[in-house]
This record gives sequence, structure tokens and C-alpha cells, in this order.
Amino acid sequence: MFTWDQRWEVVIGLEVHTQLLTKSKIFSGSSIAYGAEPNTQASAVDIALPGVLPVMNYEAARLAVKFGLAIGAHINQRNVFDRKNYFYPDLPKGYQISQMELPIVGFGTMDIETQEGTKTIGITRAHLEEDAGKSLHEDFQGQTGIDLNRAGTPLLEIVSEPDMRSPAEAVAYLRKLHSLVRYIEICDGNMQEGSFRCDANVSIRPRGQEELGTRTELKNINSFRFVERAMEYEIERQIDILEDGGKVTQETRLYDSDKHETRSMRSKEDSHDYRYFPDPDLPPMVLEDSFIEQVRATLPELPTEKKARFQSELGLSLDDAETLTTDRETADFFETVFNATKAEAKIVANWMSGELFANLNKSELEISESPISTQQFGLLLDRIADKTLSGNTAKQVFAALWEQEGEVDAIIEAKGLKQITDTGAIEAIVDAVIASCPEQVQQFKDGNEKVIGFLVGQVMQKSRGKANPQMANELLTKKMVES
Amino acid sequence: MTITTMAQLAADLKDGKRSSVEITQDYLGRIEQSDHNAFISVDTEMALSQARAADERRAKGDASALLGVPVAQKDIFCIDGAQTTCGSKILENFVAPYTATVVDNMQSHGIVSMGKTNMDEFAMGSSNETSYFGAVKNPWGSNENALVPGGSSGGSAAAVSALIAPAATGTDTGGSIRQPAAFCNLTGIKPSYGRCSRYGMIAFASSLDQAGPMTHTAEDSALLLNTMAGFDAKDSTSLDVPAEDFTASLNDSLDGLRIGLPKEFFGDGLDSEMAAIIEAAVKQFEAMGATIKEVSLPNSHLALPSYYVIAPAEASSNLSRFDGVRYGHRTEEYSDLVDMYTKTRSEGFGDEVKRRIMIGAYALSSGYYDAYYSQAQKLRRLISNDFTAAFTECDVIMGPTTPSPAFAANSRMDDPVSMYLNDIYTIPANLAGLPAGSIPAGFTANGLPAGLHLITPYLQEAKMLNIAHRYQQETDWHTHTAPSSFGGNS
Repeated sequence: MFTWDQRWEVVIGLEVHTQLLTKSKIFSGSSIAYGAEPNTQASAVDIALPGVLPVMNYEAARLAVKFGLAIGAHINQRNVFDRKNYFYPDLPKGYQISQMELPIVGFGTMDIETQEGTKTIGITRAHLEEDAGKSLHEDFQGQTGIDLNRAGTPLLEIVSEPDMRSPAEAVAYLRKLHSLVRYIEICDGNMQEGSFRCDANVSIRPRGQEELGTRTELKNINSFRFVERAMEYEIERQIDILEDGGKVTQETRLYDSDKHETRSMRSKEDSHDYRYFPDPDLPPMVLEDSFIEQVRATLPELPTEKKARFQSELGLSLDDAETLTTDRETADFFETVFNATKAEAKIVANWMSGELFANLNKSELEISESPISTQQFGLLLDRIADKTLSGNTAKQVFAALWEQEGEVDAIIEAKGLKQITDTGAIEAIVDAVIASCPEQVQQFKDGNEKVIGFLVGQVMQKSRGKANPQMANELLTKKMVES
Repeated sequence: MTITTMAQLAADLKDGKRSSVEITQDYLGRIEQSDHNAFISVDTEMALSQARAADERRAKGDASALLGVPVAQKDIFCIDGAQTTCGSKILENFVAPYTATVVDNMQSHGIVSMGKTNMDEFAMGSSNETSYFGAVKNPWGSNENALVPGGSSGGSAAAVSALIAPAATGTDTGGSIRQPAAFCNLTGIKPSYGRCSRYGMIAFASSLDQAGPMTHTAEDSALLLNTMAGFDAKDSTSLDVPAEDFTASLNDSLDGLRIGLPKEFFGDGLDSEMAAIIEAAVKQFEAMGATIKEVSLPNSHLALPSYYVIAPAEASSNLSRFDGVRYGHRTEEYSDLVDMYTKTRSEGFGDEVKRRIMIGAYALSSGYYDAYYSQAQKLRRLISNDFTAAFTECDVIMGPTTPSPAFAANSRMDDPVSMYLNDIYTIPANLAGLPAGSIPAGFTANGLPAGLHLITPYLQEAKMLNIAHRYQQETDWHTHTAPSSFGGNS
């Protein structure tokens, strides 16, 4: 685990840009689908031809409000778009339409689990803005290619309070946020495609000092692991500077994951004057109470509530509840199975965390891509509950289901895996084992109770795993005691 | 030569006396012979093709009021397939791939777009002298005494006044329709903010810009405004109000009309000859049953400074897109991105545009925003409130459109502030978003036109056009033709 000299306190704040799951851009009707040929999803408005004007796509506001409600935040029903002015080729208008003074979402909170327990992280605000296009520096013989497909894609920029005190806490926040935005279906969280982009502000100060140290900004890191390592490097770098009597420069730095180091971004002014002013092309947005309530009605049960319910109503442990509520698809899978099966919640949880996740990870599949459906899974667990299958044979059926060899009962039939629960049948095998293992039987009678395990194992072997182990145990014990 | 109004042309077309093709060819011929430099480009093919289409529509029974009438379009409006320069080198070779809503509206009514008129660069100017494509001659001047036509819609004003186009569109941000209309003896209307769509109209100052008609008569302006106005979902500042027929009440009686004369508009800086003409014009209304009352707009003196903070500020941002990356002029040789930007914009923009971009950026910059931009917007509210108060006492506010008549070419270019003072009477209406217009009200001893300025409450263009029309029924200033107009005697 990463540690540092505890005379220094680390302060981390995070800004996350999430691409919203609207059908079209925030100020134009162009599609935001990923992966199209360059400049095929850029209309007159997107490429900032002379004379074009922005028109608000209210779906973006709806998704922003949904997020605000999910973090218990104040919604600014009257909010304003501002122009953020700067020149860059992937910013066609020479300004970005964003929100500065009056963002759509105000202060909210999100809880994270840390080693010391639950910690509440403040979220200062979340605002709507448009994404810029992409600059492609390779493949153009020293020039830069500009692809404006992404220009105008709606973003919700989520700004945390500087409440995190370690890279681990920062990553916990990011994972939680990532799961939440996918839970409430406002963002697909695809970090490789740039749908979820993290910037980290890192500073250090002597422990006990109130005043914040100078911070650096680590930009656009596209995996949780890299975020954590970048912060670790940066913390050590800043400590080294301060311990040598130097000063940390306020600047933006990029993380090089190959060399594991952060580097200052060249020619970047730090306090760029963006000359913000309210965009005169867009009237202030006014959201009626009825709009807010309509959005509230579309909120699903949130992860925190679900986790609590899984513990209190279904009796699951904190760990199980945490695992099963991490993302919406897993939680939905669990609940669908649980509601359809006779098996207990704990059994469903165990089989998911065990066999299902192990196989999904090995095949690098998401739960939504599972070859085993919720119906099949539920039925499998039913067959365990009704003792048709033992834990062992159930695993064999699972493997067959995974390979899509057929339905549960058909597989049981075809492989002859039906558990033997007929007392007479088991008795016969028990008798055979007792007869063939006189030494162990004698050990048992002499007081070695543990040898029953060996004997049950023999019954299992002779029955090719199909005997009900509990029944085998009971019958063996009974017979040996009686004899 | 006498003036032919659009109403007259419409009648001729309706009666089958002339076809749209004939009329359009007639004007195209006049344009070719003119030396006013009123046009930046004239796509004769496009114009004639639209004229033919209009004649075909008429043959099928279409009876739209202005079907087949040619109108010159200020080169600030994008027209699909047409060179659209905004008077600037930076867009010298830009061909728009789409058409502005206002033009599209006009064209769907069957109007023939005829040529793109000259204008101050990016609509910044009051004399048409900042155009990359050269100055425009006011037909009321002469070769010996060259006069400016006003600006920024100088080309439109000159074209209509020179009788080489029956009407033209203009845009007005601080007076750019009304001041050239006054200098050229025309009727020019700036509608209520939001009345006409700004989509496709190259933006100068977004919260102030409005498109409007420039014609010989109020009736023509009403007819043209009918085809221009209307809600546009592509413009978020467009007003969603029911369509109005601005000709319906043209002939209403002015009996009982209360005219307000702001005392602040008749103080220092107003040419005494101009003052006399305006006073006489206003008196004319008394004979028609109106009453005159002095009103006050106490914050008027703040209008010009507020405007010259707000407009450049918005412009500095609106013009950032002209960076040589996607369209328009790009410098030929550059070493890196910043070099490309710097050279492209230095080469592409004229001095006045650069001046205003710098002023605007300064007014928005950190540390100055509160003192300048924010403050100016607050003053704007006060100016607007003044009008609201004044309109409780009167139905229309009148005054001079300009402090003095058309001035000599090249006489104010070295003194930008003296140029800015031209707009002192027109600017308040832009800040308040109110409908305003200028109509011919007489001539100076030197034979130069003087314009009477009208402001009515928000959305009352019809009232203003009614007032103007009734005045034009009692006077004939608007029928005088310029010495250097087509068929004139210069």
C-alpha cells in the first residue's frame, strides 16, 4: 500500500467530465455516436460557420438534474450558460459554452468506503458544457488533424470538494462516481472512449496547517489505476520539492504511464483569463418544479439505498451487499435471480461472487454478456435447493450451461447428475463402503470422529458425486454407531 | 426618374404588365451601370433563376404579395451558394453552404434575392468606410462632394436610394439601418429584438443585432417586414409570437396619438438646422390630431458608453471563430499555431474590427469585467426602464435620427469617437430591444436628407409603420430622388 511521510497531509480534489447519454449534441441536432468517420457528425452549428446559433437540448438538462437529485444536491432551477473564451483548433467557436456562476447542480454529497469506514465526500457543483473536438497529432506529416465529431457533445463536469486525503480515497470516490453515473444511466462510463475523464488536483501541506498548499492539476487520465499511480508520483514529487526548501509551481501536468512520472504540459498558462460572460445567444434556463419532479420519478433505487436494503431485508453481509450493488447490471441480475428462485439470498450471492464472476473475469465478459441467463441461473439454484444437485454436481451443470450445452434439466438428465436422495440407494452404497473400509470404521468407533469425512468421501466417489453428502454422513454415522 | 416602390412593382406583376425576369433584368442593368460601389457581389444567374421561378409560381396561381420582386441583400446574410463576405477580407472567398432564415423566409414568399450589398466590415461602422471592398458613394453627394451613405448598411441604403434596387435588407446593432436610411432619404426599420431570426446573420453583437427592411416607403417596409419576421426554432432568442400583418393598420387615424420628445435628444450636439427640420416634422403630426409632450430619458447619456462596452465585448467573442482553421482566409506561411492565428487575423481584419475586438476583450478581462461589462449591462437596464416610464406618458418617442446629415467621405476615419457619436440617438433603442425607425423628414439647405426617428413600445412595429405611413401620405420628402441616382441629373 502506498504510504508517505505522515508529517505531510495530502489534499485531493477531483473534476470528472462525464459525457451524457443524450441522442444528440447539447446545442445542435448532430449525433454523438462514437467511432464515426472524422467530421461526419459535425453540422453547421458544430463547426461554427458564420451566423449559426446554439439551441439547447433539454435532455442534457434532464440528465444533469437526475445526477443532482441522486447526490442530494441543490438544483439551480434558474441557471445560466457562459462563454469560456480561448483559442484552439478543436474549439470551433473560439469559446466553449459552459456554466460558470450559476451551474445547474449545486452542492451535494457522496459516501465512499475507506479503511477507516464510511466517509462523506462533498461535491461542490456539477455544470453542463459542450465538449471540444479532437486533435490528432499523428498521421498528418507534422500537421494536426482536427476531428469535430466530438465538438458539442454534452458534458456534465462534476467537481468535488478537496475532501480526499489519499490516492486510495480518490480512487474510491472515482469508482463510486463511475458506478453511480452508470446506475442512473446518465453516462456509459467508457473511459477508453473518453466518456468519463478524470482530472485530479493534488497538493500537500504540513499536517495541522489549515492553509492549502499549491496544487497541481493532473489531466485526462483514462484509467483508475493510472490515476492512482499518477497521484502517488505527484505526492512524492511535491514532498521532495518542499523538503528541499523549494516551492511547488501551480501548473498542469500529464502522466506518463510508461515511465511512471508526471510532466509539466508545455506552453500552458496557468491562470488563463477566459473572459467569461453570459452567452447572449441562450436565455437563462428556467426549470419548473414539475420538471424536477418528473425527473425525480425516473430515479432508480440508488446504490446506497440498495446496499442498505440488501443487508436489512435480505440479510446479506456488508461485503456481499457492496459487491452486488457496485453496478446496476450486477444488482439487477441478482434481484432478477433472487425473485425467481427459491434459493436464499446468501446462496445466490455466493454463486454470483464465486462461479459466475470467476468465469466472467476469465472470459473478460461483462455480466450483461453472460452466456448464462438469469432464468438458467435461478433454475440451477432451485435444483440445489430441492436437492436434485449437490454443490459439486451443480458446478458441473454450471460449466455445461456456460458452454451453452442446453437447459438445466436437460443437462442434469444427459449427464446423469441427479443427486441420489433415495435412502435405500444411499444405504446400499454406505453398506458397501463400510464393508470395504474396516480400518476407518474401527477408527471411528475408537473415537476418531474426523474419519467420517474420509468415509463420506468414499460414498461420494462410489456414487460418482451424486449421493447427497448430508444423507450419506447421517446414514454412515447411524450405521456405524448401531453396529 | 420617379421612384418605383415595391408596392408598385407588385401591382405590375399582378396585372401582368411586367414579369419578374423583366423587372430583375432591369435592375441588374442599373446595377451594372452604377458607380456607387453599393454591391460586393451580384450573382446574376441566381437572381434570374429565382425570378424565373417566381414567374412560374405566379403562372400556377401563387398570389403572394411580393412574389417576384427583387430585393438586395446585405452581405451579412448567408445565402446558400453565394459569396458572403460581411465586408471583410477574412471572408473574401467564403461561399455560404446554407441560407439565413430571414432570407429563406423572403425567398419562400417569392422575393428575388438580388446581389449582396456593401457594408462596414462585420457591421462595425457608421459610414461604410471600413469595408474591405471599398467605400460606397451616397447618391445624395456628387463626384466633387463625395458623401458617406452611413453605415453599416451603407451599400443597402445607397442601392435603394440610387434606384438600382427597389428595396434592401439591412441589420441594425446601434443604428446601422436607421442612420444610413436617414443619410439616404429612406425608410428604415429596426424591429423589436427577437422579431426577426438571427440564424444565418453573421453575428456582431448578439444581444443587439436585428435584421430589418430599408425601403422608400413605410408601406414597402411593412410589406417586406411581413416576409422577414417570424419565430425560428434555430434561434434561441427568437420570439415565439403569432405572425402579424404589419400592413393591416397602416391607414389608421393618428387622432389622439401622444408623441413624446425626450428633452435629452434636443440638447448640445444637435445641428441647429437638423433640430429645426425635426421640430417642423413633429409639428406636422399635430395637424393630424396628435399631441406633443416633453418626456425625459434621464439615463440617455449612458447609452453610448454602455453600447461601446457591450457591443465590442460580444463582438470580440463572436469573431473568435474567424481563425483560419475551418474556412475563410488563412495566412500563407506560418511557423506554428499561434503564428497562424496572429497572422491570419492581422491580415484578415481591418483596423476598426481590431480596435473593437481589443476593447471588447479588455472589457471582459479578469479584473475589469465588473467595472465595464457588468456595469454596462446594469446601465442597460436603467436605460430600458427609462423607456418603460416614458411610454406611460406617450405612445411614440420622436427625435432626430442623426445629429447632422451625411458627412463628407474620409472626414471622420481618423477620429473613431467622432464616428461613434453618429449613433447617439439610435443606440438607446438597441439597448432596450425596442422597435425603432427612421423616415425622411426634410432637407437641409444643402439639399441633404434629414431623418425623423421613431421609437414605439416593444412589439409595436405596426403602430410605428402606421405613424410613418400617415406622415408619408401628408408629406412628399420620401419621393425626392437623389442627384446621383439612376436616371438622376448628376
